[in-house]
Amino acid sequence: MSLDSKIPTGPLADKWTSHKVDSKLINPANKRKFKIIVVGSGLAGGSAAATLSELGYQVDCFCYQDSARRAHSIAAQGGINAAKNYQNDGDSIFRLFYDTIKGGDFRAREANVHRLAEVSSNIIDQCVAQGVPFAREYGGLLDNRSFGGAQVKRTFYARGQTGQQLLIGCYQALSKEVAKGGVKMHTRNEMLDLVVVDGHAKGIVVRNLVTGAVTSHAADAVILATGGYGNVFYLSTNAMGCNVMAAYRAHKRGAYMANPCYTQIHPTCIPVSGDYQSKLTLMSESLRNDGRIWVPKSREDAKAIREGKKKASDISEENRDYYLERKYPSFGNLCPRDIASRAAKEACDDERGVAASGLGVYLDFADAIARDGEDAIRARYGNLFQMYEKISGDDPYKSPMQIYPAVHYTMGGLWVDYNLMSNLPGLHVLGEANFSDHGANRLGASALMQGLADGYFVIPSTIAVYLATQKPGAVTTDHPEFKRVENQVNDRLKSLMEIKGNRSVDSFHRELGLLIWDKCGMARDEAGLKEALEKIPKIRDEFWTNVRIPGSANGLNHELEKAGRVADFIDFAEVLCHDALNRAESCGGHFRLEHQFTEADQEVKDGKTQTGEARRHDDKYLYVAAWEHTDPGEPPILHKEELVYEEVKPSIRSYK
Amino acid sequence: MPLLNLTLKVWRQDNADSEGRIESYEAKEIPTSASFLEMIDIVNDRLIKDNEEPIHFDHDCREGICGMCSMTINGVPHSKEQGITTCQLHMRKFSEGDTIWIEPFRANAFPVVKDLVTDRSSFDRIIQAGGYISARTGSAPDAHATPVPKADADAAFDAAACIGCGACVAACKNASAMLFVSAKASHLNHLPQGQVEKDSRTLAMVRQMDEEGFGNCTNQFECEAVCPKEISAEHIAKLNRDYLAATARETVS
Amino acid sequence: MSASTCSLCAFAKSSIGRKLIVALTGLALVLFLAGHLSGNLLIFAGRDAFNEYAHFLHNFLHGMGVWIARVGLLACFALHLIFTVLLTKENKAARTAYAREATVQAPKSSLIMIWSGLTILAFVVYHILHFTVRIDSGLADLGKNDPWGMVILGFQDSIVVLFYIIAMTLLCSHLSHGVASIFQTLGLRTKKTASAIKFVSQAYAIIIYAGFLSIPIAIKFFGFGSSN
Repeated sequence: MSLDSKIPTGPLADKWTSHKVDSKLINPANKRKFKIIVVGSGLAGGSAAATLSELGYQVDCFCYQDSARRAHSIAAQGGINAAKNYQNDGDSIFRLFYDTIKGGDFRAREANVHRLAEVSSNIIDQCVAQGVPFAREYGGLLDNRSFGGAQVKRTFYARGQTGQQLLIGCYQALSKEVAKGGVKMHTRNEMLDLVVVDGHAKGIVVRNLVTGAVTSHAADAVILATGGYGNVFYLSTNAMGCNVMAAYRAHKRGAYMANPCYTQIHPTCIPVSGDYQSKLTLMSESLRNDGRIWVPKSREDAKAIREGKKKASDISEENRDYYLERKYPSFGNLCPRDIASRAAKEACDDERGVAASGLGVYLDFADAIARDGEDAIRARYGNLFQMYEKISGDDPYKSPMQIYPAVHYTMGGLWVDYNLMSNLPGLHVLGEANFSDHGANRLGASALMQGLADGYFVIPSTIAVYLATQKPGAVTTDHPEFKRVENQVNDRLKSLMEIKGNRSVDSFHRELGLLIWDKCGMARDEAGLKEALEKIPKIRDEFWTNVRIPGSANGLNHELEKAGRVADFIDFAEVLCHDALNRAESCGGHFRLEHQFTEADQEVKDGKTQTGEARRHDDKYLYVAAWEHTDPGEPPILHKEELVYEEVKPSIRSYK
Repeated sequence: MPLLNLTLKVWRQDNADSEGRIESYEAKEIPTSASFLEMIDIVNDRLIKDNEEPIHFDHDCREGICGMCSMTINGVPHSKEQGITTCQLHMRKFSEGDTIWIEPFRANAFPVVKDLVTDRSSFDRIIQAGGYISARTGSAPDAHATPVPKADADAAFDAAACIGCGACVAACKNASAMLFVSAKASHLNHLPQGQVEKDSRTLAMVRQMDEEGFGNCTNQFECEAVCPKEISAEHIAKLNRDYLAATARETVS
Repeated sequence: MSASTCSLCAFAKSSIGRKLIVALTGLALVLFLAGHLSGNLLIFAGRDAFNEYAHFLHNFLHGMGVWIARVGLLACFALHLIFTVLLTKENKAARTAYAREATVQAPKSSLIMIWSGLTILAFVVYHILHFTVRIDSGLADLGKNDPWGMVILGFQDSIVVLFYIIAMTLLCSHLSHGVASIFQTLGLRTKKTASAIKFVSQAYAIIIYAGFLSIPIAIKFFGFGSSN
C-alpha cells in the first residue's frame, strides 16, 4: 500500500483554505444518516464528538473513565499556543509554524503544521466563547506568557491548570450535545478491538468495564483520540489508565504506526522515591525561569548528599556545577526539554546525582529568593512549591528541589494523511494518538493546541472527504465480521483469565518499563535496542504463561483491564524499539548515542553547534517511518513517507 | 526509609446489588514516602499473591486533577488534610500502629459499583441539564471582542477549579450537591459570555440536582472544608441568589 | 395553570425554594423574638409599665392586632416546622451512614438543628399553655388583670425555670446557626460579609439567650418581684 499523504497542492499558506473549498460537502439532511464512533473524550475526542454532533452527525463517544471530563488532557499545566499576536511582539501564523517545525527538529509535515498555526487563533476564540477562564490583565484582556523558550509571548494559560479548563470547556460542549441527543456517551467502556469490513474501519468492539459485557458498535467512520503511549515506560507523567490498546488494536488490523521512537522526556519531574512508585509528577517547566539547576562538582560530595551526610547548603558555590549554564551560556537553564533532560542523565550517570536513588539533580531557588524576595517567588510559583512539598515532604523555600526527567508525551502514533485518516480507510486518528504535527519533538504548549485543532476545526471538515464516498449505514453489527471480532475479543479475555500464574500484572508492566526506559529512553544505541528486542519476547512469553488475574471477567476487574493494556504495551514496545533501531540518527526526542556531534565535526569547529548535540542525517532519514504489523515473531515492515520541505530549509538546531 | 505498620478497615462490596462489609487488612512495612494510593497498591499486590481479589478503587491521574480518586478516610473524604485529593495524601501523615478506615464516597446519588468505586454519573447529568454555554464551534467572535473584568475572571476561575470529584457530596451529612452545582453555575454565571443562558442554566441545573436525589444544603460547610480545590461555600450563596432571581424573572415573564 | 404559577410550583418543590421558605419564616420568627424580648424586659420597669404594655397589645386595632400577629406567627411557625421536617427526612434518606463518621468544621449547633428545633416546639406549646391559655387556674386569675404578677408567680416553680433554661439554651444554639443560615440561603453571604454574618448571628443568639433568661433567673434566684 502506498503512503499518500494527500497534501493539497498550491502555496503553503493557501493549502488549507483551498482544500476546504475543493472538498466535497455532505448535505445537511444526509449528515444525520451518518454515524461516527469517537473513542476517547479528551481535548481531541471530546471536541470532535461535540462538533460533529453540532454539524448533525450521529456520534457514539466512548471512554474508559467514569466521565468524559476526566480524560488525561486535564492534567496539562502550562498553556496553549496561538498566533494571535495580542502582545504586538511580532508573532504571526508563519512564525508559529516555523517555530513548531524547528522545535520538531524538521521531522514534521509542513502542510499539517501550517494548518495548525492557522487554526490556532480560532481555538482561543472558541474557548473564550465557551467560558474558559484564561488569565486576564487588569484591563480585561487576555494575558500571554512566553513558554518553552519561545521568543514571543503567545501562550494563553489558566493558572497552572490550562488543560483542565480547556477540557471542561470541551466537556461542557459535549454535554450540551449529549442533552440534545446528538452524542451518546459510553463511559467506563474500553475499546478492545477495531472491526474492519472490506478494508474499511466500520466499528469497534468494547467491554463495559462495570458489567464485563462485550458488545459491538458499527458506524460509517471511526475516530480514535486515545492519547499517547508514554506508559510503555511504566513510570511516566501519564495517568495510570493511559494506554496504547486502541491504537495498537488498530495497528494489528492494518493501520500503520508512525515514528514511535519520538518520545518526549520532560526535564522537571519529581524523582522516583521507591519501587512502589506508581507514577511521576510533573513540575511545571516555568520553574526553570527562576530556578538554577546544579549538581556537586565532585562525586564525593554527591555521595555524601545521597547518604544524608551532607545537605545542599553544605556545598559551597565553587563546588557546584551549574551544568546547563556552563554548557549553554545563552539559553542556560531555559534550554529545550530534550537537552535539559539529557544533561541531567549525564550528570547522574557520572555519579553526581543527589536523590537517594542517585537519579536526581537540584533545582535551586536560593538566588531568586535572595534577588526578588520570598513573596515574589511565592506569588509566581506558590502552588507548585506547595505541590512539591506535599509530595516530597521538603520545603523548597528552604532547600532546593530535586528533579529528574520523566516520560511526558509521545510524538509518534498512528500514521494519518492530511485529512487525519490512517492508511485504513474510515479510521481517523486525532490528537496525541496520531503522529502528525510535532515531528521529532513537541514544543511546550503545543499539545493542547493540536488536540483542539484536530477536534474542533480539522476533522469536522476533513471527515466529509471520506464520508462522501460512503453510503450511510451500509454496515451494521449484523455483518459477520463483528461476530468474528467479538469472539476473538472474548477468547483473548478468556485466555488471560485462565493463565492463573504467579505474578501480578503490575510486575510485568514494571519489568517492561524498566527495560524500555533503560534501552530506549533518553539515550539509545544499537546494542541496547537489539538487547531490548531480544528481551521483550521473553517478557511476553512469561506474561502469557505466568500472569495472575484474580476475580472474574463478568464485572469490574481492574486487573483484567490492566492485563489487556500491558499485553499490548509488550507488543507495542517491539515496534518502538524497531523504529528506534532503524532511525540511525539523533533528532528531537530520539537520541542515538552513536549520532552526536564530536570535536572532529566541521560544524563544531565552525561554532555552529557543540559536542554532544543531536546529529540528524537529513540525507537518509528525512522521512516518516510508518510500520506495518506482521505476524508474531516477524519484524514489522517499514513504509516511508518522504518529507518535503518547500518553505523551510532544515538547519542545525543549536541552542548554544 | 521509615516504615509503618497499619491496620486498614476497608469497605468491600462485590457489586451494586450485593451487601457490603468492612474487612480488616494488615498493611505491614509501608514506606512513609509512598502515597496513600501506593499504599493500597502494595496491599493489593499482596492480596493478589494470596490469590484474593484486590481492593477496587477509582484513580487515574494521581496528581490531584482528574477527580477520579474518591475515598473517605477516617470519615473524611480525601482525608482530614486540607486542599488535597486522596492521591496527593502521603503516608508520612500517618503514625506507626494507626488504624485507618477507608470507605467509598457515600451518597445515594453515588451508588457503589464495587468496593470503593462509585457511580458519579449524576454529576454528568447535571452538566448536561445546563452547565454549558451554547457556543457552536466556529461561531465565536474574536477572543478580545468582550473584555472580562479581572475580578469576574478571577471569581469565575475560583469556581472553575472544581474537579468534579464529589467529595463535597460525600462530606455532607445530607449528601447535598450544592457546592458542586454552585461552583459549576458560578463559573459560567460570572462571565459575560454566560449571561444569555444564566437563568435557564441556573434553573435547569438545580432541577436536575433535585431529581438525582441529593439532599438539601443545611449550611454546615463541610463541603468547603474537604474540597481539594478549596472552593468556597460563598458560591452556594450566589447560586441561591441566582436561583431566586431566575425564578422571579421566569414568574413575571 | 398559568406559566407563572408553574414556575412558583417548581420553586416551592425545589431544594432551594423550600430552603427559602424556611429562611423567610425563620427570619420572621427571629424578628418576633426581638420584639417579644424587648416587651418582656419591661418587666424590670415595674408592674405598671408591663401591664400597660400587655393592655396595649391586647387592645391594639380594637383587639384585632394580637390575633393578626398570632395567626401570622402560627403560620410562620407551621411552615418553618413542616418544611424543615420534610427537608430533614429527605436529607436522612439521601445518604447511608459511614462506619466511621467525622466532621471537619460543622459547628455542633448545626448538627442538632432538628432536635433543638423540636425542643423549642415543645417549649412553645408549653409556653402558650402556661402564659397565654393559662391552664393553671392560679395564673389564669392573675393573668387577666395583672400579667406582671402572673409572670412573677409563674417563675416561682423550679421545674418551670429549669425547662426554660434548657429551652433557651437550645434556642440560642438554634439561632447561632439559624440566623447565619438565613443570610446564606437568601444569597447575602459573600467573601466580604461572611465574618460579619457569623458575628451578628452569634451575638444575636447570645443577646436573645441572656435577655430571655434574665427574667426567670432574676425572679427565681434573685427574688425579683417577691417584695411586691
